[in-house]
Amino acid sequence: MLKGHQSWVFENKPSILSTATIVGPFEGQGPLVEDFDIIHGDLTLGQESWEKAEKTLIEEAANLAVEHAGLTKEEIHFFFGGDLMNQIISSSFAARTLSIPYFGLFGACSTSMESLALSAYVVNSGGAEYVLAATGSHNASAEKQFRYPTEYGSQKPPTAQFTVTGAGAAVISRQGAGPVVTSATIGRVMDMGITDPFNMGAAMAPAAVDTIQAHFRDMQIEPGYYDLIVTGDLSKVGYEIANALFKKHNFPIEQTVYKDCGMMIYNYEKQSVQAGASGCGCSAVVTYGHLLNRIRRGELKRILVVATGALLSPLSYQQGETIPSIAHAVSIEAGG
Amino acid sequence: MADQKKKKLTPVQQEYQVLANKIEPKRTIGVNCLRAFISGGLICVLGQAIEEMFVRWGGFTHKTAASPTVAVLIILSVILTCFGVYDKIAQWAGAGSAVPVTGFANSMASSAIEHRSEGLVLGVGASMFQLAGSVIVYGVVTAFIVGVVHIILDTIS
Repeated sequence: MLKGHQSWVFENKPSILSTATIVGPFEGQGPLVEDFDIIHGDLTLGQESWEKAEKTLIEEAANLAVEHAGLTKEEIHFFFGGDLMNQIISSSFAARTLSIPYFGLFGACSTSMESLALSAYVVNSGGAEYVLAATGSHNASAEKQFRYPTEYGSQKPPTAQFTVTGAGAAVISRQGAGPVVTSATIGRVMDMGITDPFNMGAAMAPAAVDTIQAHFRDMQIEPGYYDLIVTGDLSKVGYEIANALFKKHNFPIEQTVYKDCGMMIYNYEKQSVQAGASGCGCSAVVTYGHLLNRIRRGELKRILVVATGALLSPLSYQQGETIPSIAHAVSIEAGG
Repeated sequence: MADQKKKKLTPVQQEYQVLANKIEPKRTIGVNCLRAFISGGLICVLGQAIEEMFVRWGGFTHKTAASPTVAVLIILSVILTCFGVYDKIAQWAGAGSAVPVTGFANSMASSAIEHRSEGLVLGVGASMFQLAGSVIVYGVVTAFIVGVVHIILDTIS
């Protein structure tokens, strides 16, 4: 049901029946290692190309989530997926093997919550019994497409972010145990004129702040309603800018705990990731792994996940275009 | 920010960029220059040592030793690229590892490795010069201009 200007309230309480998270070796060295289902020791995942490795990540996460739900692929009605590759090949190729009716999404790194919001909407409105939402990214395939060859020796500035190798998937169901998706706010595209692809945190921070404020305006609640608000992958730079914007807009973010997934997955002291993490996989594995585990353990009751995406292409920034950004917020609450 | 670029931005965008600029950590230019000086210098010292070895034990003169020296440096760079070490060195060294001939070799080897999955023709062959191509193009153009100036100066004097 529409509430306010850009939010949905899911009155039938679609639940996240199961999740799965698959990551690469570098993420396995980070502090959230206990929260991932599978940690690959080989960055290629035994595939011949980075692109195939990324597809395999999404495929494995999707299969494992379905398995965790105790279902078979035939019982899943729809699959919402997306990734960072041109023409979203990783998700579409994964959908080819999964053979589940498929919606391909592109929201860059906001795809995790875009797919979860749409899945919840479809389930809530009776459009399906079970829906699968999955997304992922691979560090090397993203570097190859958006930046330089992986082995090229270029010095990254301190504002640069490290793309997460990982995929997260969730099965959303009309009924069943598990955390409940209660509402979602769909963001609008914001562009503050940032042109540097090594500074995506600054490009995405205004979109995150805009969506968060829209969420509370639409839902008519205060930030204190949530135990935790997390943004997707703003990392150090974007996180600080977002905090400065909240202060400037007199938004009472201090009522709750505000964190960023991009700052949670790596160990800054031991891992060279500059500002932090990014990529579709970042918010997906942190939310579906770490945060949902915390909800299941009863440490958190209500969280708002705001996945942020930079909607640039390698071509657009070479042509001097600015970086448009988007953020989608999904509210997840403990079930029962 | 360049004035021309600023004109295209709305006042809200300009205000935001001022705020963002204050928060963004800057590249440490001083430290980067020092690191580039040290690492670039070390690569040159290594090159000099290799050249001296060719002269002392290989029977080369200082002039003829230049080519095999460059070849050795290129091979070393390609090996380090293949083992995934060169990009780690470069994060510390910056321009120090990019400017010498080893950086050029790294740019070609890394592109070739990266695009091997697209085949030998459209992948390795076509993409090898993805980064090195502009160095070659502008290197040749610059050499041409310098050559023309040299000829003009020669004819005048």
